[in-house]
Amino acid sequence: MFDWFASLIVYQTLGLSEDSAWGSALHFFVMDTTLIFFLLVVVIYVMGLLRALMSPERVRAYVRGKPPWLARTLAITLGGVTPFCSCSSVPLFIGFVEAGVPLGVTFSFLIASPMINEIAVVLLAGILGWEMALMYVAAGVVVAWVGGIVMQAFRPERWVEDYVWKIQMGESQPAPVDKSWRGRNRFAIAEVKEIVGRIWKWVVIGIAVGAAFHGFVPGDWVTTYLGEQGNWWAVPGAVLIGIPLYANATGIIPVAEAMLGKGAAVGTTLAFMMSVAALSLPELLILRKVIRWPGLALFAGVLAVAFVLVGWSFNLLT
Amino acid sequence: MKKVQVLGTGCAKCKSTVELLNDVAESEGVSVDVQKGEDIAEIMSMGVMSTPGVVIDGTLVHSGSMPARAQVVEWLKD
Repeated sequence: MFDWFASLIVYQTLGLSEDSAWGSALHFFVMDTTLIFFLLVVVIYVMGLLRALMSPERVRAYVRGKPPWLARTLAITLGGVTPFCSCSSVPLFIGFVEAGVPLGVTFSFLIASPMINEIAVVLLAGILGWEMALMYVAAGVVVAWVGGIVMQAFRPERWVEDYVWKIQMGESQPAPVDKSWRGRNRFAIAEVKEIVGRIWKWVVIGIAVGAAFHGFVPGDWVTTYLGEQGNWWAVPGAVLIGIPLYANATGIIPVAEAMLGKGAAVGTTLAFMMSVAALSLPELLILRKVIRWPGLALFAGVLAVAFVLVGWSFNLLT
Repeated sequence: MKKVQVLGTGCAKCKSTVELLNDVAESEGVSVDVQKGEDIAEIMSMGVMSTPGVVIDGTLVHSGSMPARAQVVEWLKD
């Protein structure tokens, strides 16, 4: 349906040829814009109806006092269904520390939360198929799990700002939530407005980049450098390029779509997606309020290495 | 006069929440004193991890999202 609509606009109304670079780029843009925003609104609305269910405060309560393996499993799983706004990462970090949650588990949560979320999963499944969605989630879980454990091994406590240890968190009873369907509906609509309002720019930029890639980058170039027969340095290269680039997990999906469509290898594409979505400079700068530079540099380094290893493994396996 | 505090470290939603509270107070004719609580220790001491949080006369009534207008009217009424 979205394909049909995009063809109608681009090929029939505007009269562009299907074979021209502009025609195929514009077709990609129109189709992805309509499809992605449609999926976004539906997913966020449905999750909004259910969501009143998970908040960082509740994650903290679940994870608190559990043995490390269980705490980490919960942190990663719950991280996937907890709406995460990077502006909340500081109170979240302090709240976890105050609850005595090991830092390694908190890092696992901080890795998993922005990378794995229901919106990205549904979009990936809708656009690239279930296989790719599963691989992305599996890769994200592995990186979050291993990343947290490696961080722990470096004793990151020494890099946490002193004031963090002194904060006493009050036990407030959670604010009452309106559980009626009317209340949920209102909440869901507010969520759609809030989340779409926050991420639409990233999504449009992502689609535009994907469209340009789709229309103008020659297929031969992609298969030579990013394809399965590509060089070993394609994966680290993709990760390095992804670090300064920032987009949320949703915005990177159309870029991945264009890369895969042109024959880029799955592992290289996954590594690039994770690097853009989970490792970003703005995020690190926000965390600077609670962790000193050496800790942040280590965090970025551990993540980058993990992405490269995941990328190589997927390239070998597929 | 109600003492209202909006807890948050300067995110966009926190600013809009402050505006919403002032706006509702004005249209409902309630006198309020809306303050922003940006100190992280203070925010945490109220038990808030997801911002913005809204505290009215010392009690936390909301956290984690921008409140709906109807909710705000309710809080400021009595």
